[in-house]
Amino acid sequence: MSILVDGNTKVICQGITGKAGTFHSLGCRDYGTQLVGGVTPGKGGQNVDGIPVFDTVEEAVKETGANATMIFVPPAFTADAILEAVDAGIGVIAAITEFVPVIDMVHVYEKVRESNSVLIGPNCPGLITPGGCKIGIMPGYIHKVGKVGVMSRSGTLTYEAVWQTSSLNLGQSTCVGLGGDPIVGTNFIDLLKLYEADDQTEAILMIGEIGGSAEEEAAAFVKEHITKPVASFIAGRTAPPGKRMGHAGAIISGGKGTAAEKVAALEDAGIVVAPTPADMGQAVVDAIAKHS
Amino acid sequence: MKIHEFQGKQLFRQAGVPVLDGFVARTADEAAAAYKKLGGSIAVVKAQIHAGGRGKGTIIDNPSQRGVVIVKSADEAREAAAGLLNKKLVTIQTGPQGSTVKRVFVEAGCDIARELYLGIIIDRANCMPVLMASTEGGVEIESVAENTPELIFKEHFDPAYGLYGYQVRKLCKRLGISGDAAKSANKFFTSICRFFVDFDCSMAEINPLVITGEGKMVALDAKITFDDNALFRHKDLMELRDWSEEEPSEVRASDAGLSYVKLEGNIGCLVNGAGLAMSTMDIIKYHGGQPANFLDVGGGANAQQVTEAFRILLSDPNCKGVLVNIFGGIARCTTIASALIEASKTVGFTVPLVVRLEGTEVEEGRKMLAESDVDIISATDINDAAKKIVAAVK
Repeated sequence: MSILVDGNTKVICQGITGKAGTFHSLGCRDYGTQLVGGVTPGKGGQNVDGIPVFDTVEEAVKETGANATMIFVPPAFTADAILEAVDAGIGVIAAITEFVPVIDMVHVYEKVRESNSVLIGPNCPGLITPGGCKIGIMPGYIHKVGKVGVMSRSGTLTYEAVWQTSSLNLGQSTCVGLGGDPIVGTNFIDLLKLYEADDQTEAILMIGEIGGSAEEEAAAFVKEHITKPVASFIAGRTAPPGKRMGHAGAIISGGKGTAAEKVAALEDAGIVVAPTPADMGQAVVDAIAKHS
Repeated sequence: MKIHEFQGKQLFRQAGVPVLDGFVARTADEAAAAYKKLGGSIAVVKAQIHAGGRGKGTIIDNPSQRGVVIVKSADEAREAAAGLLNKKLVTIQTGPQGSTVKRVFVEAGCDIARELYLGIIIDRANCMPVLMASTEGGVEIESVAENTPELIFKEHFDPAYGLYGYQVRKLCKRLGISGDAAKSANKFFTSICRFFVDFDCSMAEINPLVITGEGKMVALDAKITFDDNALFRHKDLMELRDWSEEEPSEVRASDAGLSYVKLEGNIGCLVNGAGLAMSTMDIIKYHGGQPANFLDVGGGANAQQVTEAFRILLSDPNCKGVLVNIFGGIARCTTIASALIEASKTVGFTVPLVVRLEGTEVEEGRKMLAESDVDIISATDINDAAKKIVAAVK
């Protein structure tokens, strides 16, 4: 098994006729994802390299049986696109779009949490179950079917981690990029629960970064509820306070959210923390060895 | 995006958040005129820079000159303004180089009965905006949070509705506000929460928030940061941006669609993705080097952006070497490779360049670099890359 998505998942792309939407829809289809349709208001009836385009998500779901979506619409329309997907009963929503206003996500967050949908992102690379389903912008070839559940707040750093776990022959069950914004639909704890319950996942790699307290909360949850080995890495050990490091969420403010605090909380929960980004794969190996 | 106090107060006034009368002045004479126009017996001359801590800050070479001065005559206002304008003010937030005061705000004085603190931010843990108020106004809120967290009262609110009446009553009770002041506080809290949402703020801080002798709640300060992602729907706010308050190289990077933060070290970093960029800085430091910057070229980096990125990195006189670390996802290694070759022609590399490429179209990208005459040190992985650049700048 895997979490959230697999080879049976039927995916649509909201914003499929845009440049990025087209490029990555075809990329996902090439990887083997069942990319069954796309949505662009006003362009229903057209097709993108044979993929049918619909005016609304509701119509796309009715015609294709889609149960997942990836969103590439511009930031001003992302909140609306997410809510449309929720309304249509889509189970897994990956919002790739970056630069979404934070207050829009405050509005959306509650509505998503009250629904049966799972929102990944925004400002994220998406999610992938290697060999089954790729929803998003990650390079497919670096992945390998395997046993590590990878979750991360960063895009390219996830690729780095995936690459290391593939090189060490550990492979991945499902990799999820949570997104670098202050408010994202799914957090580490949501995924820890899913990984814990998933047979294929034998170890978990959690990649965090400075800012906020998501890593500390996840560490406390691991201590209480997770029986599988967990490894981690925190990006931004050298970042100065008060400077926003690219991600809106990655800022040390009022002396809170430092890497040192996070590492201490993780280690206290028995999590193996990689000292450098080159050691993320090895940290998983060490966590598995320590566990057995 | 940050704005100045006087700009924040103009917006407050429009939004019905009570502020005192005041005028902005660019010269000492304007400050004296502003004092007369206010017509009171007391006024406050306040340096307008983005950084906080102005009241305790001092002018370089003139430590007796504070950033905020109470004046009792037009001459005193002139003198205070002359002591501040076009001089560098150093506060705990500016760094030792200080920030040049280009304007002062001359504000009416008021009879202060109590000084409180008010801040609104988006609480990431609860995914909602939160209003924080404290009885400990006028001091550094960080130290209150550290030493007496029980004196900070928090109320989360739904952005669609704002603060409920019961939340205002609760806050007033805890802050010890009653009578006329409570009525004034109701108007204040309600309108500041509405302001925060309507203007897409990421932070609004008023320290001190005062209650006057007449029982009116008034904002004596206004420190506002807007959510950059939402500026597209507030085109008018863009006019309030003061570019001179921002690091020139960071402005240049932002114009090119790059995310850049200048640091103090000597190894320039060019990376795609914020997390990987931070991690690249971390591993450079781990191997004993010092990063000169954080630079994320973003997902869709094109040749012009990468060329501009090199220009920015190499224009830093401290930069003794550059590490390029690319893990292609959306960004293709071929794009980066051709941009690198282009940049070497137009910018010219005068310092060692270590390149690590991985990800989308990596083989083609590496081949392009190998076949070009750009002098690079290639690295196999992130660790190798960091070691090589640290050795190269020694």
